[in-house]
Amino acid sequence: MSTIIEIQGVSKSYGGVVANEDISLTVEKGGITGLIGPNGSGKTTLFNSVVGYHPIDAGSIKFEDEEISTFPVQKIARRGLLRTFQQTRIYGAMNGVENMLISLPHRKMKFLDAFNRNSESDYEKADRLLEFVGLYEKRFLRAGSLSFGQQKLLEFAMALMNEPAALLLDEPTAGINPTLINGLIDRLIRANQEFGITLFIIEHNMRVIMNMADKIYCLSHGQMLAQGAPDDIQNDPRVIDAYLGAH
Amino acid sequence: MKKNTVIFYGLILAFIIVAPFIFPDFRTQLAALWLMIIVAMTWDMTGGQMGYNSLGNIVFYGTGMYVAAVVTIALAYDVGAYTNAFGGGVYKFTDQQYFLGMLLGILGAGVFCSIIAVVIGFVTFGLRGPYFAIGTLGVAIAAGELVSNWEWVGGGQGIALPVYPGDLDTGKVLFYFLFAVTGVVLFIFLKWLYSTRFGAAINAIRDDEEKAEAMGIHTLRYKLTTWAMSAFFVGVVGGISAFQLIHFEPLETAYQTINLGIFMVVCVLLGGKGTLWGPIIGAILFHVFKEVTWNYFLGWQWVALGALIVVTVVYFQDGVMGYLAHRKPEWFGVRLDDKKAEVSQ
Repeated sequence: MSTIIEIQGVSKSYGGVVANEDISLTVEKGGITGLIGPNGSGKTTLFNSVVGYHPIDAGSIKFEDEEISTFPVQKIARRGLLRTFQQTRIYGAMNGVENMLISLPHRKMKFLDAFNRNSESDYEKADRLLEFVGLYEKRFLRAGSLSFGQQKLLEFAMALMNEPAALLLDEPTAGINPTLINGLIDRLIRANQEFGITLFIIEHNMRVIMNMADKIYCLSHGQMLAQGAPDDIQNDPRVIDAYLGAH
Repeated sequence: MKKNTVIFYGLILAFIIVAPFIFPDFRTQLAALWLMIIVAMTWDMTGGQMGYNSLGNIVFYGTGMYVAAVVTIALAYDVGAYTNAFGGGVYKFTDQQYFLGMLLGILGAGVFCSIIAVVIGFVTFGLRGPYFAIGTLGVAIAAGELVSNWEWVGGGQGIALPVYPGDLDTGKVLFYFLFAVTGVVLFIFLKWLYSTRFGAAINAIRDDEEKAEAMGIHTLRYKLTTWAMSAFFVGVVGGISAFQLIHFEPLETAYQTINLGIFMVVCVLLGGKGTLWGPIIGAILFHVFKEVTWNYFLGWQWVALGALIVVTVVYFQDGVMGYLAHRKPEWFGVRLDDKKAEVSQ
């Protein structure tokens, strides 16, 4: 497998707080990579750096061998690197189908394509993906009136609609009830295998991430604490200490 | 289209065509109403559909006036000499010069305003929310002051254009139809535009711009294009107004920030922003209210207008269409087939 995201020596501070310090990691194309760590360990900061939400202080971030650390958010998104948010972000006043249609990949459109209406196949694709995440029956409801878990599923479906090459998911199972979580894991794995989307996932739920990821990185206090296969991470005393707070 | 829709639009179109002939005394009033409808609809393109509340769209109205006038004059005479307060020259325009100037001037006004919208937008679209409103308001005030100190276009005393060469009543009908045609074209254009992916994209920018960016939408490009299209129509009606008013000056007529510049916002809020019909309904209500108070409460008209603005902004922000959408969502295609899901959330 080749590398799709390569992070080299990235540092980021907010004022005096060092959120990321000299972080290096790679995400393999077509795989599922996990990123774990206690609260405040710098996971979301690293995601934000990758997708261009803020400039980094030092280091390099490459996506498909192209340096992207100086690109703005939209440009990175148009390269096919997409993220979902920890607090879901959907267009609340629109219904499910409209949310999906807006998420059509603009990087594959010419400017004048915007002056067309959505085609039959766009609608079919929206319906198919809503079916895939299990929201088909609720597709005409106002997205803002869906439950938090359903909104997360909708956001995931919107991301799939955009046909990304790689998808960064910030805590996809947070706030979702345990019965839905199994379905979500299943869908994430299917998105990875059937649609060939590389996944890079921040997750607190160990059961979820250990079952999905090929490789896991663990951050603590802004530094890379450990990396390896799920089994190694699970048994790494440093990781256990970081989570349980032992020193 | 459904049969009822055809009848509905047919009746409206018929009324638009016969109105100046069955109400001949109201020709100028009706033209003014069209102006209000058009600026309200164009304001809603950015304010309602895209979530960028501009207080500076009046720039395009004023600039449209000046461009139309300068083009018309420049086709026949030297602009600097024409506008020179101490020149004392007498300038006559032939019919051909007048109408050719009108055609090129009005179209030129639209095009020029689109271009300056892109230039201003490039700077101001970095601002969000209230800062965008204040920034654009600043642009509008600055533009008025700049033009009023620019002697080449007449400075503070403004520009006088030639009077309509034919019969004055015919002139009124002509100006009514210039506005009406622009308004109808704008309506059809917006009805189409809002049904395309473009419309969906600017709605996405309104609802969550950060999300739209994260999904790879070319946000700045959409914002600039929308404002340029909006400015085109404002520039065109500015140009028509210049010929209709004959004489205009920069601060009170062309860049009338606190009059038309605010009225267009109030019209949209009153009618319901982010809807196709809201600005039209709002403009009609507002214009009628304004004219009635001007006629029957003279002396108190600004107080009444201020009260209307305060009440609209504080208590009736969603406007007529918003109120209806809230009370009768099924009229607007919102499905409530899963009522329980709506209620339980």
